[in-house]
Amino acid sequence: MTSTDPTLRPLPRTSDNALLSGAGDGTRVEFRGIVKDYGATRVLHGVDLDISPGEFVSLLGPSGCGKTTALRVLAGLERASSGSVVVGGCDISGVPTNRRDLGMVFQSYSLFPHLRVLENTAFGLRRRGVGRAEAARRAGDALDLVGLGDLTARYPHELSGGQQQRVALARALVTEPRVLLLDEPLSALDAKVRVQLRDEIRRLQLRLGMTTIFVTHDQEEALAVSDRIAVMNAGRIEQIGSPEELYLRPQTPHVAAFVGLSSVVPGVLRAGRVSVWGHDLPANGEAPDGEVAVLVRPENVVLHRGARPEGGGVAAVVEESTFLGSYRRSLVRTADGVLIRVQHAAGERLGYGDGVAVALRDEPVTVRPRG
Amino acid sequence: MRSALSPSARWIIGVLVGTVFAVPFVATALFTLTLPDGSYSFERWLALADPANAARYAPVWTGLANSLVLAVVTVAIVLFLFAPTLVLVALRFPGLRRGMEFLALLPIAIPAIVLVVGLAPIYLTIGRTVGTGAWTLAFAYGVLVLPFAYRSIQASIDAVDVKTLSEAARTLGAGWPAILVRVIAPNLRPGLLAASLISVAVVLGEFTIASLLNRQVLQTGLVVVNRQDAWAAAIFTLLALTFAFVLLLVIGRVGRVGTGRNTP
Amino acid sequence: MTLSPAPHTAPGSTGTTSRGAQRLDWSWLGLVPFAVYIALFLALPTALALLTGLFDGDGAFTLDNIAALGDPVILATFANSTWVSLLTAAIGAVVGALVCYAMLGLREGGTVRTTVEAASGVLAQFGGVMLAFVMIAAIGTQGVVTRLLADVLGIGLYAESAWIYALPGLIPAYIVFQVPLMIITFMPALAALKPQWAEAHLTLGGTRAGFWPHVGFPVLAPSFLASFLLLFANAFSSYATAAALASQGSQIVPLQIRAALTSETVLGRENLAGALAFGMIVVVAAVMACYGLIQRRAARWQR
Repeated sequence: MTSTDPTLRPLPRTSDNALLSGAGDGTRVEFRGIVKDYGATRVLHGVDLDISPGEFVSLLGPSGCGKTTALRVLAGLERASSGSVVVGGCDISGVPTNRRDLGMVFQSYSLFPHLRVLENTAFGLRRRGVGRAEAARRAGDALDLVGLGDLTARYPHELSGGQQQRVALARALVTEPRVLLLDEPLSALDAKVRVQLRDEIRRLQLRLGMTTIFVTHDQEEALAVSDRIAVMNAGRIEQIGSPEELYLRPQTPHVAAFVGLSSVVPGVLRAGRVSVWGHDLPANGEAPDGEVAVLVRPENVVLHRGARPEGGGVAAVVEESTFLGSYRRSLVRTADGVLIRVQHAAGERLGYGDGVAVALRDEPVTVRPRG
Repeated sequence: MRSALSPSARWIIGVLVGTVFAVPFVATALFTLTLPDGSYSFERWLALADPANAARYAPVWTGLANSLVLAVVTVAIVLFLFAPTLVLVALRFPGLRRGMEFLALLPIAIPAIVLVVGLAPIYLTIGRTVGTGAWTLAFAYGVLVLPFAYRSIQASIDAVDVKTLSEAARTLGAGWPAILVRVIAPNLRPGLLAASLISVAVVLGEFTIASLLNRQVLQTGLVVVNRQDAWAAAIFTLLALTFAFVLLLVIGRVGRVGTGRNTP
Repeated sequence: MTLSPAPHTAPGSTGTTSRGAQRLDWSWLGLVPFAVYIALFLALPTALALLTGLFDGDGAFTLDNIAALGDPVILATFANSTWVSLLTAAIGAVVGALVCYAMLGLREGGTVRTTVEAASGVLAQFGGVMLAFVMIAAIGTQGVVTRLLADVLGIGLYAESAWIYALPGLIPAYIVFQVPLMIITFMPALAALKPQWAEAHLTLGGTRAGFWPHVGFPVLAPSFLASFLLLFANAFSSYATAAALASQGSQIVPLQIRAALTSETVLGRENLAGALAFGMIVVVAAVMACYGLIQRRAARWQR
């Protein structure tokens, strides 16, 4: 019996469910110097990535950064121009897709329309020679895992978007692949369904211990579910790290801008420390000493009503104030015309034109060259 | 799907089928160029223009003239009866759309040869009241053309969302005549053009109803001429088919302009 | 000051105000011309065609004409129409599907596809009489290909009989418009095959060759069947080509109707045309109804 809210439903016990009881320790995946050219255009510039067994890694970046291409090279749907892909210690660069033993979930439209949910899910098993009854049983277990045990007789066009992606997930998992690949599986879904489903994917992945690679352009999604995130830009990996690392210590301006919000303020850099509004803070990132652009996070900007406090800060005038439920985010403009986003208590209502002062917490900031 | 079929297999199928289909038409062209003694010349083609032969080919010329008149009247029916009705349904009676779709499919399910059995008595009456001119056939032709016209015009209407446009025009103060002429018609132009061109092609190619109702049109003229001069009939055939082909190429280009949907 | 929302009257619905009632009248009026036209030139002729078969020459109700459909000559005609339609529909469907398959990889607005689509449109829908002339010019008794085969290869196409002017002659002529019709009707279905299905099939362990038997054909089957039915109905209803090829003789139903209408008394019965029309409509309507059902089902998968 399924309740309407799948997040409250417990996963079946390991002994009840074939898929869970078969959970293993995961497989190591390596991208070694993957280069991909489309004619004269280079889409991937030598991607190197080492993924530990059972790890959940996201490839995060804007459209066109090459993240989907990298995933498809791993799946064998595209051939790399040079470099190799190693799974579980074996180079699979020359192996055709259907023999790579991977599970893949596409963004949309991948369910076979002429098969019912159960038959769709059992498809991979049947292609591997598993008998009909056995395949149906294992497919049923996989569908129970994703909460669709009741809908096995439906056709794909009778399901909602979220349900279709759950079936796609069950179908990919039931063959117990070595690696799970997800190509923006949630992008085509409604916001609420997206959040629900991403948490379910993560829970499943943890129970199954399967190495997973997840492609997305939504940084909040990546931060929520990943063990590590590789932020990509224009065919290169700019930074790889845990969500906390990427958020708190972005190494490049692109990463700082892409992951979370930032405001840009002027500062002066000297020997690894930057001076902003009278503060002296440790600096991340590459820039020559002298005048630099500093990226600060809204939650590291402190709001003061009235005069500037001791120790640094600058006066500013309020332009906008947005109520976001548990906190407020306001946009203030300094006398020099610099716009700063500041996050503060929900109860502090600010009006247009109010005079305030903003200061920085003693946290590291990212710098980049001016201009 | 690109990798589904190797280029060589694709080429083989294309060349094979293309050749088999080209043979009859190439043969017809050759046919028109052969003289009884087996030599080749353009003599027969030139004979068409020779005024001395005008009487021999008169059925075709009369038929063509009638067909052109019929084409004009049919297009008028499409533009001034079908199109406004479809727009009205889109704006005011969206529930009737399924009905219109079914109605538009009926002429396909009711063959012309069957329709003509029922049209015979009706045209007898029309002959007594309005006259036996060929132009009256246009009313029957409108029905034949309805499925094609419906598809083109409705596709244009869907692509443009006339309801929202007309509502916007209303809030800006436009009256209905202005809305129809200045807002809706210009946006439906691709669909209207495609519907008109297809109607012309259907009218020029129609034979069944005209012949069984004893009216002279292009195709009936061709059949008459064929009995005396098969070569002339073949020449006219090639000309007519080429013309229809060009017409459809134009429709293909035009239709593309209006059918891009804005996906939300 | 509070603003209460104004009651929303949907356009065309019965308004409670007098202005709403006025608008209602005016709108319905707009549909009248079209309704009259359809009634006069579609509904009425169809009804007449169906019903004249039920009355004899004096206007009295009779079932004799319908019974006459059981006459061996008439039954033979229906049988002829059926097998010619089946054969040409089958050939047209298979060859047409292969051509669609070959065109699959080509760009949609590209030269080859637009040319093929235009040519298919001409041949499928507007050929009629002209296709008969083309056939005669090519493979008629004096045709170019006939003479070529006789002179070069020594094959006499018409050694036995002038079959092109009889029933078998219809077959090549019909195929010339059946294949293009298949291309027009089936191409959208083939183009709706999503590349994700092929990719998902691969990632699930299926082979490239296995895609068609396991996914491609099953998904396309309803559309293929629907197109085949359309081709059958098209051939069954076709008149112009046959009329031009067989100037005498009535081996298929449309030609029988011609004979009945031009007062060559067939079996000495009047209004037989009506009965024949009735018989034809039953067949074609049944086929088109099946077509509609299957097409609706297939369309759901193409979303």
